[in-house]
Amino acid sequence: MPERHAALAPQFDSLEQQHETATLGMWVFLATELMLFGALFTGYTVYRFLYPAGFAEGSHHLDVVLGTINTVVLITSSLTMALAVHGAQLGKRKALLGFLVLTILLGTAFMGIKAIEYTAHYREHLAPGLAFVYGGPNAREVELFFLFYFAMTGVHAIHLTIGIGVLTAVLLLAWRGHYSSEHHSQVELAGLYWHFVDIVWVFLLPLLYLFGRHQ
Amino acid sequence: MSAVVTAEPSYAEAGYTVRSWLLTTDHKRVAILYMLTITLMFFIGGAAATLMRLELLTPAGDLVDSASYNKLFTVHGVIMVFFFLIPSIPTVLGNFLVPLMIGARDLAFPKLNLASWYIFVFGSLFTLWAIVNGGVDTGWTFYTPYSTASSNTHVISTTLGIFIIGFSSILTGLNFIVTIHRMRAPGLTWFRLPLFIWSTYATSIILVLATPVLAITLVLVAIERVLRVGIFDPRLGGDPLLYQHLFWFYSHPAVYIMILPGMGVTSELITAFTRKRLFGYHFVALASIAIAVLGFLVWGHHMFVAGMSVHAALMFSILSYLVAIPSAIKVFNWTATLYKGTIEFRTPLLYALGFIGLFTIGGLTGLFLAALALDVHVTDTYFVVAHFHYIMVGGMVMAYMGGLHFWWPKISGRLYPEGWARLAALIIFVGFNLTFFPQYIVGYLGMPRRYHVYPDEFQVLNVMSTAGASILAVGYLLPLVYLLWSLRYGRPAGPNPWDATGLEWQTTSPPPPENFEQTPVVTEGAYAYPSRGAPHA
Repeated sequence: MPERHAALAPQFDSLEQQHETATLGMWVFLATELMLFGALFTGYTVYRFLYPAGFAEGSHHLDVVLGTINTVVLITSSLTMALAVHGAQLGKRKALLGFLVLTILLGTAFMGIKAIEYTAHYREHLAPGLAFVYGGPNAREVELFFLFYFAMTGVHAIHLTIGIGVLTAVLLLAWRGHYSSEHHSQVELAGLYWHFVDIVWVFLLPLLYLFGRHQ
Repeated sequence: MSAVVTAEPSYAEAGYTVRSWLLTTDHKRVAILYMLTITLMFFIGGAAATLMRLELLTPAGDLVDSASYNKLFTVHGVIMVFFFLIPSIPTVLGNFLVPLMIGARDLAFPKLNLASWYIFVFGSLFTLWAIVNGGVDTGWTFYTPYSTASSNTHVISTTLGIFIIGFSSILTGLNFIVTIHRMRAPGLTWFRLPLFIWSTYATSIILVLATPVLAITLVLVAIERVLRVGIFDPRLGGDPLLYQHLFWFYSHPAVYIMILPGMGVTSELITAFTRKRLFGYHFVALASIAIAVLGFLVWGHHMFVAGMSVHAALMFSILSYLVAIPSAIKVFNWTATLYKGTIEFRTPLLYALGFIGLFTIGGLTGLFLAALALDVHVTDTYFVVAHFHYIMVGGMVMAYMGGLHFWWPKISGRLYPEGWARLAALIIFVGFNLTFFPQYIVGYLGMPRRYHVYPDEFQVLNVMSTAGASILAVGYLLPLVYLLWSLRYGRPAGPNPWDATGLEWQTTSPPPPENFEQTPVVTEGAYAYPSRGAPHA
C-alpha cells in the first residue's frame, strides 16, 4: 500500500476522495444556509405585499450610498478570495497569504460601514424594540420594515463575522505552510462560504435599499 | 457459539475510560451516546404522558389543574418530538449502521458527528432547565401570539434548546448525505444499497432543508417576545398565520423524519425474516425520495381551519392525498414480500408486522384529515391525537424497537432473551391499541385535545385509554431490563445470528473500531437470499 499523506484522515482512501467529500459537505451546508435565509426572505416578502407603502417609506431611510459602497467592497472581496484560492491551487504561498489578508480587510471594512449605518439608525430612533420613535400613519409598518432590515442584515453580518474568523484561521494555517497545491481543501471551502455570504448581500441590497427609490 | 474471528478488540473494548467515550469519534460509540441520551428523554416524556393519562381517568380535574396540564402536554410533545422521535432511528441506528452498511470505516466527518451529540446535549440542557423551572404551556407548536404575548412560562429557553438541537439535526443529516454519496464500498451502486440507507438518505434531505426554517422561525418568536414588536402578533401589525406557515413548513416534513427511518428498518426486518429479496425494491427505494419531496408541499393541511383561501386548501388537500401513493407502494411491497416467504416469527419481525398494520391505520386516518370537510369536524380532537400517535408510536417507535432488537447482537455482541422479547412486543402491541384506538372514537364523538376535564359520557373510552397506557408502560420497561441483562448474561451472538445479508453482518459482533479488516467489495444487490424451492418470483 502506498504511504498515506499526512493530511489524509483515516476514514478516506485518497486525498482526492477526501477533497470531494469535504466539497460536497460544504455544498450541502450552503443548501441549509439558503433555507435559513429563505425563511427570512419569505417573511419579508409577505409583509412587503401586505404593507407596500410602509415598506417603501422605510426603505427611504436607508443610506443608498453606504449600501452601494459596501456592495462594491464585498464584491471586490469575492474577487480577492477567488484569487487566494487560485494562489492555493498553484501552490503560490505569497499570493495565497496576500489575497487572504486583503479579503479579511475588505470583510472588516464592510462590517465597519455596517456599524456606522446601524449607529445612525439607532440615533434616528429607527431600532425596533430598543429605540423606535416614528411619527406618521405608517409607523407600525415602518417598524416592521426595520425589524426585517435588522434581522436580515444582522443574520448576514453574523455570517460575515464567522467568515472573517474562518479566513483568519486559514491564514494562520497558510502562514505555517499547512497547504500545498495538492492539499488545500480548506481554502476552497472557506472560499465557497465567503462567496455565498456575498451573494446573499447582492440580494439584500435591492430588496432593502433600492426598491423604495422608484416609488 | 462461533469462534472469535479476529483477535482485535471491538469498538466497545477499545477503551474503558469515560474520556475514551466522551472524546470518541467512532460512529458506533457516538450512536451509543445518543442511545443513552434519547432513552433518558423517552422516559421523561413518558412520565409526563403518565400524569396526563392519570388525570384523564376521571372527567373532573382532580389530579392537576388546567395550567399544570397545559405544561404536561407541552413537555410531553416537545420532548417526544424534538428530543426523542426526530433523533431516534437516525442518530442511534443510523449512526451505528450507515458506515457498516456501505462498507466504510466511519462517517465522512467523524468529529462533526461527535460535535452533533454535544450540541444535542447542550440544547437539551436549556429545554430541561425550562421544564424543571416551571415549564412551558404553549403546546409543542408554540403558536403565536399566545407564545409571544400571553404565555408567562419559559418559552425562550425551551425554544432556544430546540434551536440549538436543530444544528445537531442539520449536521447529522449533512454527514449522512455526504457519507452515502462518497464513502460507499467498491461495487456498491445506488440500487444495491439496503433500503435503510435509502430511507436515511431521504430523511437527511429533510433534516438539512427543513430544520433551518424552524430555526429562524423560533428566532423570530424570541425577537417578538423580547423586543415586544409585531412580527406575528396581529395587535402590533404582524401576521399570526405566517408563523403557522413557517412552523408547519418545517414540522410537516418533520413528521416524515419521524416515519421514513422506520420504513427503512421495516424493509430490513421483513427481508431478513422472510429470507427473500424485497418485492419491488426500486419502487420502495424511490418511494422514500417521493415522500421526502412531497412532504415539503403539504404543510397547509395543518391550517385548513386557520384561515386559508379555498383554492390553497384544495391544492394542499390534493397534494396530501398524493402522499398516500408512495406510502401505499411501501405497504403493498412489504406485504408482497411476505407472500410465500420462509417466515420466522422472531421478535424483530413481530415489531415489523406491528409497524405495517399500525402505520396503515395511521396513514388511512391521515386521509380523513386531508379531506377538507372531514377535517373541519375532527380538527383539534382526539382523532388527530390518535392519528399521529399511530404513525409516531405505532410506526416509528415500533420500528425503533424492532431495529434495536434486530441489531442488538451487532451492537452488543450478545443475544437478547427471545421469549421475554416476544412477550414485550406483544404487550406493546396490545397496550398501544388499547391506548389509542379509543381515542379515534372519542375524538370523532367530539372530545377536544388539550383539556384536562371532559363530559361524563367520554369516561369509558378514556379509562380504556389509560388502562392501555399502563400496559404500554410495562411493555417499554421490559426491554430496558432484559436488554441491560443481556449485556452480561446474553449468549454471545457471533457475527451473523440471523444469517442475514448486508455488509454489517460480515464483520464481527461487536465490530472493530475501523469496522472491516479489509474494505468489502460488493458484487450483488441487497437481500440476495438464496431462493428456496421452486423459483416463484
